[in-house]
Amino acid sequence: MTILQQVITVLVAGAATVLTRALPFVAFRNGAPRYVRYLGRVLPGAVFGLLVVYCLKDVDVFAGSHGVPEALGILVTGGVYVWRRDMLWAILAGTLSYMALVNLVFV
Amino acid sequence: MARPGTKTAAFRAALPLSVPIMAGFVFLGITCGVYASSLGLPWWMPTLMSIAIFGGSAEFIVASMLPGAFDPLTTFAVVLVVQARHLFYGLSMLEPFKGMGRKKPYLIYAMCDESFSINYSARVPEGVDRGWFMTFVSLLNQSLWVVGCTLGGIFGAMIPLTVQGISFAMTALFVVIFLDQWLSEPCHASSITGLIATAAALLVFGTDNFLIPAMIAILIVVTAPRAKLEPIYSTRDDAEGR
Repeated sequence: MTILQQVITVLVAGAATVLTRALPFVAFRNGAPRYVRYLGRVLPGAVFGLLVVYCLKDVDVFAGSHGVPEALGILVTGGVYVWRRDMLWAILAGTLSYMALVNLVFV
Repeated sequence: MARPGTKTAAFRAALPLSVPIMAGFVFLGITCGVYASSLGLPWWMPTLMSIAIFGGSAEFIVASMLPGAFDPLTTFAVVLVVQARHLFYGLSMLEPFKGMGRKKPYLIYAMCDESFSINYSARVPEGVDRGWFMTFVSLLNQSLWVVGCTLGGIFGAMIPLTVQGISFAMTALFVVIFLDQWLSEPCHASSITGLIATAAALLVFGTDNFLIPAMIAILIVVTAPRAKLEPIYSTRDDAEGR
């Protein structure tokens, strides 16, 4: 993307965000339809599952380091989170261990 | 119109509630900024995103898309899905935002997860103007986020591109959110669907075009067993869930 296309993309993303924040004040003044409320309860798990897979889309298990650093980084992140229940420490520990692996071990 | 001192009192009531958010916002903001810089984006791009989008998950995803091909439709659809939870924040704030006048557009635009949870649950002290209180909560939170993202953009621009692996911060963020969701949900059907449907779409459609098919597949798979799943998932509060 050119810089202009990047700025347009960011503004489009901003418009989508504002739409989700403002729509109820315009469309759901008398409550949302039952199906929409169902989606609201059921979708978050799937959306975050989608985002995890999206982050790993460029990992090739058949080449390079075979996704081993990513798997170890996820184990450290998840392990620290289950242990401390602290989001920030988990992200820091996971990212630093991944960086150590790709810079020092799987060069 | 507000009495003199109204704003000061509201600011004083809002500040202590924003303090616990501070460390998290500054840390995640810096992470987001460093991540964006590590992709080769200009140092001011995280700042622009923190003002135009103001939503952590969406900003990470959008940053990851910016070095690729120009595809505003996919960006719009993905951000809509990632931010869909805000629809339910809005539903909960229909009443509290009534009569907010000039402040209402800002309150709606700046309703991130954290500002929503404070404004939804906080008991505004006696004699403090609720409108200004909510405005200051949102404004303080957003200022911290913008500062964090800007610092991250500047730090990130100073880190040599040869240092690999900073981009894993985004993976770690979503792993933590996914795990948090997993540990609190009544049933894992949806979370498992998200992983499997997205992985399947990635295998079929390839890295450049899998997001929209994945979202359609998820929607179909969670809608089909609705009669069975609705009672299980309805144990949770409408306004809850990130």
